Amino acid sequence: MIRWFKVGVFLGCLGPLARLAWKAYAGNLGANPIEVITHSTGDWTLIFLLITLAITPLRKLTGQLWLIRYRRMLGLFAFFYVVLHFLTYIWLDKFFDLHEMLADVAKRRFITVGFTGFVLLIPLAITSTTGWIRRLGGKRWNQLHRLIYATAIAGVIHYIWLVKADLRKPLEYATVLGVLLAYRLVVWAGPKIQSAPILPRRRAEASEG
Amino acid sequence: MIVPQLFWVSEPAMQLFPLAGVLSSTALGQSSGVDCPYIVQGTVFMLIKKAADIASSEITPKSLYLNRRTFLAGTALAGAAALAGVGLRNLLSPATAVEAKAAINGLQKSSFSTSEKVTPYKDVTNYNNYYEFSTDKYEPAGLAKDFKTTPWKVTIDGLVSEKQVLDVDAILKMAAPEERIYRHRCVEGWSIVVPWVGFSLSELIKRAQPLGKAKFVEFTTLYDPKQMPGQRVPVLEWPYVEGLRLDEAMHPLALLCFGMYRETLPNQDGAPLRIVVPWKYGFKSAKAIVRIRFTDSQPVNTWNKSAPNEYGFYSNVNPNVDHPRWSQGKERRLGEFTKRPTLMFNGYDQVASLYSGMDLKKNF
Ligand code: HEM
Repeated sequence: MIRWFKVGVFLGCLGPLARLAWKAYAGNLGANPIEVITHSTGDWTLIFLLITLAITPLRKLTGQLWLIRYRRMLGLFAFFYVVLHFLTYIWLDKFFDLHEMLADVAKRRFITVGFTGFVLLIPLAITSTTGWIRRLGGKRWNQLHRLIYATAIAGVIHYIWLVKADLRKPLEYATVLGVLLAYRLVVWAGPKIQSAPILPRRRAEASEG
Repeated sequence: MIVPQLFWVSEPAMQLFPLAGVLSSTALGQSSGVDCPYIVQGTVFMLIKKAADIASSEITPKSLYLNRRTFLAGTALAGAAALAGVGLRNLLSPATAVEAKAAINGLQKSSFSTSEKVTPYKDVTNYNNYYEFSTDKYEPAGLAKDFKTTPWKVTIDGLVSEKQVLDVDAILKMAAPEERIYRHRCVEGWSIVVPWVGFSLSELIKRAQPLGKAKFVEFTTLYDPKQMPGQRVPVLEWPYVEGLRLDEAMHPLALLCFGMYRETLPNQDGAPLRIVVPWKYGFKSAKAIVRIRFTDSQPVNTWNKSAPNEYGFYSNVNPNVDHPRWSQGKERRLGEFTKRPTLMFNGYDQVASLYSGMDLKKNF
């Protein structure tokens, strides 16, 4: 049952891509398909980052400890979508013109900050395996994976900087991110409560975000 | 949550909080499936509600939909639920209007026309930067369908020998309509080729009789938040104002426009009266004009006010002057896969003499 549920979540996470692919196939991506693909993959990167960041608060607030089992997968989907987003950019926007891309990264602050967010996610994706958790040890692994805060902040700034005038959407994301980060600040600054008992030898549980 | 029209729920909110979507779409449910042609001001509209064909391609595939139910049943979390949000948003998107427009006959050909391939009508009428209706380019087509363009008055004032308030029909009769097939380059880096209908703006300016002191012309778009939902949000300072130097406005290429594709202008493309300045970025070509004012000082155009370092007064198409946030060296012609180089003055070299001796990097 749990296994099937996990498969379901996995397929669900592929949904946005499936939808894009289907629309592309049906010629339904509108007048400027590449813009739609860039925006959609960018949106979903940010959404998956935020969902990933929501797991720990949700788990703590609801006591639903099993949620943690989905965090790694959701985080990797954020990475999956930013890779697609980045590929759209280097292929469909810049056509592998390295010179132009470097100029962009150097000159355009929205690209610079987006690129930073992307690069910071790479070590997290690499060290997402159980082997790496063991190798680094829970504590160091946790410290490293706090980089996701930087990526999410970079993603929101990227969005704020790229819109022409209408800040409503990036600010909605910023608000959600603000709440998720504020939760951590409160937990960090508040009285140290004994954290939920960790079952012996349950590896994934050791990781707090 | 802001709900301007038809239970609008903003996109990311829908994705993050699909349950909000469930609630509002239930409310929408009653009106869905209405599929009736009806008459508005002598124009036949066919209302095609997307909700009428929920089952078809646009909406989430069934397998994923079933997935979603499992999720919503189990928990309000995870990607599949967000996906459901997108499906529901589709239900909420405004009806597509197919409007039978009046043909414009007796069009004269123009030597200014390009022979390049004309962009499909469908793209030019469904992909519109028209912030008065929405900042989403796919929305003005639906939101502008009931926009009232008759009666329509245009005030001509400022430094003129006599202030006039003209009916748009009187303006359309000032000269013989021509078809002008122009390249149109958006500041965002995409371009289209449009067969506009109109005549040189100079025809109107001559009849407006500007005084010798007049050096600039300012164009103001209608301000009517009741009809233009985008104006209920202060993303720009309303009403929209644009301007040209008088000699730019007098250049024969500058078009006073009231039609395209040999028909009257669709509402989402600036009906009933707009200008088209093909050597400048698209935002210089003001739409739905209600006022033309002659001045001796340079008008402050809306985008310039909003971000002075990004959008200048001149805003000539110029591949050598980048927008601070993106390069202007290339553009994507809608419908094409690869990008093409952007041309100086959008390829309209005949205007170069207007700017001789000017530093176009400074006067961007
Ligand atoms: C974690 C990293 C990133 C996140 C979260 C992210 C997110 C986003 C979002 C939300 C959008 C706007 C989507 C919309 O308007 O609906 C966007 C647009 C865009 N992103 Fe990213 N992005 C990231 C990294 C990058 C990188 C590395 C690049 C390229 C080097 C990039 C290039 C772009 C471009 C070109 C656009 C479209 C800009 C426009 O429309 O003018 N992004 N991104």
